[in-house]
Amino acid sequence: MKEKKRKEKRVIPGFGLSLGITLALLGFIVLIPLCSLVVFSAQLSFSEFITTITRPRVLASYVVSFETAFVAAVIDAVMGILLAWVLVRYDFPGKKIMNGIIELPFALPTAVAGIALTHLTTTDGWVGSFFSNTFGIELAYTKIGITIALVFIGIPFVVRSVEPVLEKIDIQYEEAANIMGANGRQTVFQVILPEILPALISGFALSFARGLGEYGSVVFIAGNKPYETEIAPLMIMSELQEYDYSSATSIALVMLVTAFIILFINAVIQSKTSKIISGIA
Amino acid sequence: MNIRKNSGPVKWILIGICTLFLLIMLILPLTYVMATAFKDGIQVFVKAVTDEYALKAIWLTIEVTFITVVVNTILGVFASWCLTRFQFKGKKLISSLIDLPVTVSPIIAGLIYVLTFGRQSALYPYLQGAGIKIIFAVPGVVLATIFVTFPFVSREIIPVLTAQGTDEEEAAALMGAGGFTIFKEVTFPHIKWPLLYGIVLCTARAMGEFGAVSVLSGHLRGKTNTMPLYIELLYQGYDFTGAFAVSAILVLMAVVILILRSVLENKGKKEGV
Repeated sequence: MKEKKRKEKRVIPGFGLSLGITLALLGFIVLIPLCSLVVFSAQLSFSEFITTITRPRVLASYVVSFETAFVAAVIDAVMGILLAWVLVRYDFPGKKIMNGIIELPFALPTAVAGIALTHLTTTDGWVGSFFSNTFGIELAYTKIGITIALVFIGIPFVVRSVEPVLEKIDIQYEEAANIMGANGRQTVFQVILPEILPALISGFALSFARGLGEYGSVVFIAGNKPYETEIAPLMIMSELQEYDYSSATSIALVMLVTAFIILFINAVIQSKTSKIISGIA
Repeated sequence: MNIRKNSGPVKWILIGICTLFLLIMLILPLTYVMATAFKDGIQVFVKAVTDEYALKAIWLTIEVTFITVVVNTILGVFASWCLTRFQFKGKKLISSLIDLPVTVSPIIAGLIYVLTFGRQSALYPYLQGAGIKIIFAVPGVVLATIFVTFPFVSREIIPVLTAQGTDEEEAAALMGAGGFTIFKEVTFPHIKWPLLYGIVLCTARAMGEFGAVSVLSGHLRGKTNTMPLYIELLYQGYDFTGAFAVSAILVLMAVVILILRSVLENKGKKEGV
């Protein structure tokens, strides 16, 4: 209460200036373009919208995007927990390097990652030839290839969400569990996992949403066969190249809404569990 | 047995799995780019990256990245000042709108600019009249890059300033210091490292942006092709050595950025910010 009262009088200068600059940039870069999206969408006729987004090829691309992004986010969640655990709990040579390398997908341009992963996973690539000779599985130009690219893109999201929470878990919880006779597995699954679950969901949601929209790394490895390995962002791209802005916008709206729903569900989960988070964040 | 100090086989199995995963998923692509770039000898590499169009792409990438970082740093500093130093209505809305661009697919980011400035837009006749080209020109590439990296600087500074509280600035203001003096003497020392950290992240993303830029550039070789687009062009022309040679430069930049990042992170932690 005291806090609120004090801040009613603005002692610190620069409110007008900083708000002005913020709003000007926000308006020009974010709001005007978003408004034009809204205006343009409003001009679309509803039946045209439905026809566009229910075209079999578009529907297939949604399914491809959704499937691959989901599987990739699950793999990222599992590997992300393992990586966060190893980085927080263990000391070993090369730990600092491992910690730095996790961020590589943020630093490496997606197109570079895309062409490198593609070349590695084609049937004569270093990794692809191994898989095609041993298991008879083709990686590049299939959904597996898309998933590999999305795993690459999404891994830091999970690690960076889980890591700080894992760091802050009080050792007393584990000690108490030990004293009460829990074994290692019970401690992990019944004491630690529930604590990091909200952070894990958050990391999962971020990498899932990112995977749905990802273009640069996927477009090379996907092969872009209609109905099979064509992702939704690519559909938008090809409509744009044909200057069919209505179709592009319709497809994009579905993707935008999906991404916002994922992030909204995540926000709801986070605020419901904020009691756990508040001690940490 | 305390699992924190677990040094049994579980520890090494887990470390092994993680190392293997990172080696295959992250290190291998990196190594592959470098190996392929220098496969045919250093001369081929040098020739590929000093090609007229390659140099133009590199220069354009530097330009675009520079403008983007400047704009987003200005936004980052002013927005974080505004959002953490004052209470006002609509604060949450502004803060979420600043963060919004990172959740939007890069392709959709490109699309909304096409809708804003493209031929079917209400603004188009005015832009045409003024002779301003945005779509399929450098301004479009710059705008798209600014959009996708919009909150990169501000979201590094805001948590630090929030944790800092406003007491120090209020004291300085009451003692008669002006806005700029307060920022320079009181606030800046606290946000120095997070600010640099945000700039590094922004640089990394700006130089590598592909999807949004790809929508807006029109792929005019030597005019609107940034490095990632130039790589795509070479790759699609089956000039793999060339594509990987230009990629190698971006890989080196990425490694530099990772090193800078961890140095800055440690500096920030040491000073307790």
